[in-house]
Amino acid sequence: MSLRIPGYLGTFWELLGDHLVMALGASLLGLVLALPLGLACVRWPRVYAPVLAACSVLYSIPSLAFFVLLIAFTGISRTTVILPLAVYALAGLVPNVVDGLRAVPDSVRQSAVAMGFSTPRRLLTVDLPLAIPAVIAGLRVATVANISMVSVGALIGMGAFGALFTASVQLDRLDLAIIGIIATVVMALVVDAVLVLVQRLSTPWMRRTSKVSR
Amino acid sequence: MTTLLHYLAEYFGDAANWSGASGIPTRLAQHFGYTLLAFVISVLLALPIGLWTGHTGRGGVLVSLTANAARALPTYGLLVLLVVLYGIGLVPVMVPLVALAIPPILLNSYEGIRGVDPALTDAARGMGMTSSQILLRAQLPVALPLILVGLRTAAVQIVATATIAAAVSFGGVGRPIVDGLARSDYALVVGGAALAGICSLVILALFAVLGQVLVSPGVRASRD
Repeated sequence: MSLRIPGYLGTFWELLGDHLVMALGASLLGLVLALPLGLACVRWPRVYAPVLAACSVLYSIPSLAFFVLLIAFTGISRTTVILPLAVYALAGLVPNVVDGLRAVPDSVRQSAVAMGFSTPRRLLTVDLPLAIPAVIAGLRVATVANISMVSVGALIGMGAFGALFTASVQLDRLDLAIIGIIATVVMALVVDAVLVLVQRLSTPWMRRTSKVSR
Repeated sequence: MTTLLHYLAEYFGDAANWSGASGIPTRLAQHFGYTLLAFVISVLLALPIGLWTGHTGRGGVLVSLTANAARALPTYGLLVLLVVLYGIGLVPVMVPLVALAIPPILLNSYEGIRGVDPALTDAARGMGMTSSQILLRAQLPVALPLILVGLRTAAVQIVATATIAAAVSFGGVGRPIVDGLARSDYALVVGGAALAGICSLVILALFAVLGQVLVSPGVRASRD
């Protein structure tokens, strides 16, 4: 495959690697932040509304504005792209984590308590696994969004496939924009499929009991 | 942090930034112009389809497929593609913004209507309402909170992403950011970023008010 990508941008595979690292890094960071936040919101229901409001305010910050303001702190680096995307992911992940945890049947929870599980152990080994489908549903949406948003980083010089778009305008080369769009969409589809697979593998009990997919 | 404040003071304190073709009022007017136009187009396209598929229960798979596909499209890439193809114009800005706004409107209106208690729909039918009366007078008011969330997400995404249009020489509040980056004029960058944040907060506030005004008190009470 000979893609005529201008040399100064790096090879296609370098861009692809960059793109994956930033998008998945943001999703992972978002997940790592959303799980304790979600657990806290279930444990103390009163904090849920303020947390949700804070998430939607943060979500509304335009990515370009977020990037340029972060440059002052983290410079022009992958971190500058990853942090805002992770924060955006929270807006979708936190409600899903909370809904997933709340949907755990009371009988299951009581069984765990009756078996002598401490609260932290119950949360981690009973509630959280049962919430996996909801959590992954949120993660899928966030990850697809991240993959398409990384490109905006090109405006501050950190866009991976987004660099193809900037070059496309500058060099007036349509093929670069098309390559970039197709690569991004294919990556989103593949990663989404992988997440579906992860969900199936991590929740074997779902396959036997339910035919309804979420 | 102090440098950021310094830049903010420099940008907003400069009288020259408050008038003329690149002044703050002009940039805000352009930005809200793009936003409003894109929002209206998206609502006209997506809301009727979402409501109708939710009402009939058919086409759900198609709705979620369309929504997911549209979500995977890189907005910046789409913008660039259209600009390279058709040159600078309103269409290259509107298409990516509309593509971005359709999924939340479509999905939330579909899910919202579909999630209405069937007993309510049956009661409405039993009272002799026609299909469209059931949709508009019984299902829509109950589904309204969820639909408004979809509309809010769409509007927030549009207003935030309209900033990127500046990368291909459009106006709006992205203009100072992109120009500032190009000229290493960080007061301009930070000022533009602040304006962009303000635009988003205005939209959020607008929808908070809309939710209070439009959602029937009965529906609001039953949700709490």
